[in-house]
Amino acid sequence: MPDQVVFAMEVTLNGLMAGVLYALVALGFVLIYKASGIFNYAQGVMALFAAMTLVGIMEGQVPFSHLINAMFGTDVHHFGWHLPGLAAILLTMVVMVALAWCVQQFVMRHLVGQEPIILFMATIGLAYFLEGLSDLMWGSEIKKLDVGLPQGLNEMIDNATYNIFGYGFFIDNLDIVATVIAALLVIALVAFSQYTKEGRAMRAVADDHQAALSVGISLNFIWVMVWSVAGFVALVAGIMWGTKSGVQFSLSLIALKALPVLMLGGFTSIPGAIVGGLIIGVGEKLFDFMIGPLVGGATENWFAYVLALIFLVFRPQGLFGEKIIERV
Amino acid sequence: MLDQAEGYTTADGRKIGGVVMEMKNITLRFGGVVAIKDISFDIREGEIRAIIGPNGAGKSSMLNVISGFYVPQEGEVWFHGSRRPPMRPYEVARQGIARTFQNIALFEGMSVLDNVMTGRLTHMKTGVFSQALWKGPAEKEENENREVAEKIIDFLEIQHIRKTPVSRLPYGLKKRVELARALAAQPKLLLLDEPMAGMNVEEKEDMSRFILDVNDEFGTTIALIEHDMGVVMDLSDRVVVMDYGKKIGDGSPDEVRNNQDVIDAYLGVAHD
Repeated sequence: MPDQVVFAMEVTLNGLMAGVLYALVALGFVLIYKASGIFNYAQGVMALFAAMTLVGIMEGQVPFSHLINAMFGTDVHHFGWHLPGLAAILLTMVVMVALAWCVQQFVMRHLVGQEPIILFMATIGLAYFLEGLSDLMWGSEIKKLDVGLPQGLNEMIDNATYNIFGYGFFIDNLDIVATVIAALLVIALVAFSQYTKEGRAMRAVADDHQAALSVGISLNFIWVMVWSVAGFVALVAGIMWGTKSGVQFSLSLIALKALPVLMLGGFTSIPGAIVGGLIIGVGEKLFDFMIGPLVGGATENWFAYVLALIFLVFRPQGLFGEKIIERV
Repeated sequence: MLDQAEGYTTADGRKIGGVVMEMKNITLRFGGVVAIKDISFDIREGEIRAIIGPNGAGKSSMLNVISGFYVPQEGEVWFHGSRRPPMRPYEVARQGIARTFQNIALFEGMSVLDNVMTGRLTHMKTGVFSQALWKGPAEKEENENREVAEKIIDFLEIQHIRKTPVSRLPYGLKKRVELARALAAQPKLLLLDEPMAGMNVEEKEDMSRFILDVNDEFGTTIALIEHDMGVVMDLSDRVVVMDYGKKIGDGSPDEVRNNQDVIDAYLGVAHD
């Protein structure tokens, strides 16, 4: 097999893995959008907040330590413990549920029935608030996150491909783990929204608030639930991205990469977020590999957005989005 | 006339039971506007109770008070013999009061079957994990609820559109789906807000037939608001007439028809 083809195969595989990570972030957006019609600008920052909280809890960092020290002249920084990954993840989830409750109680509850643009603006405010809160709570330095996920070159794939093609593929173990976790997450989320009464209630709330009330659905409960699930997805995305590239402010910018994914897959479809993520992941890697050299490279930065733009022209609801039907 | 404790027998021989819901001296204000002024009436088990009146009389407000969407400033709501504290609409729904809306409120993105199944939400008890796994008691429960939903879909003759997204349906069918969803909750009291608004004669006849059949087959107590006088007089056992937020008549269709205040309200009266 010619070298170029083999190399393209490796690039495709890596693209698929990167796509899974995009999809993970996009999932959080889809969930909140499906259940409340809100485009949650804060999703990326939620991933950052979750990752920082996770690191902080694992390292036994005292939250708000700088603030406390500055106010009371003390010198506390650490509780002096190190928690195992799983325990810290569970504790972080508790924090994310508490955050969901606060968002509902202090922001969203007061905006029921408002225009979508107002709700969107509220989430922008939430994003900046969370950004500041994460720094205030845990400090702004770049942190390393290691919850015990395998990392580095997968030798099995390396050896196997070397034997077949005479060229070993470089596949990161972390990417494989991310793929498996994303697959499990999607299956769980689809089962949840399609087969449980909470899921059905969630879809009902997204469609019509009045009607949902009239069949006995508590809007408050559903929204806290939805923000909690979005917090959970943010946590998973935060763990994956944080392990890959360190926990730092730029983590919140991955949300921007999720936008074209959503336009491709459709804002209302969970499978759409996955397929959209994969297409963009593979697309940008292959495009950069094949067309990149002709135009001077660095196509990864804009390819996704151009693709999304083309989609907006021809299929505004995305690949899997609910078709917009208007009876006149 | 009425026997307060026991109920009565209708002209067509149906037995009407005791009081299910009683409104006592309800007053509802929006700022300076008095939408409902000191109105009392009751709804009895198994009857079809109509609330009529000219536009802006406060009929829909009254229905919203019953279903918890509005909380009256004065007066008491009694349901099944006990006074109901101020409740949120979803709590009222869980007590067994289902409703439809004047401007249809359906889950447009979901199929007809899914819409009807949301009416069963309050009857589902198993946990979220067993439901997601579709195992054991959750599977049994889903099947039982599905059976109830299918029975109602059959009853209202909407089998052929079971899987159709509601947004694709014409107006008349949407109204019927909304009725199906309300019925799926197997309510103790069913509230219909203008079930026949905007329908043609044929659709109105269908809807009238369904309302009568529902009452007959399931024994459902129904309170409805309607503009079409002919329909109201044919359907209902007792009628409350409202005008400018006040009650101006209450009784059988014949009594109401011959009530001078009611005639004045509908035909107008010379002010001199």
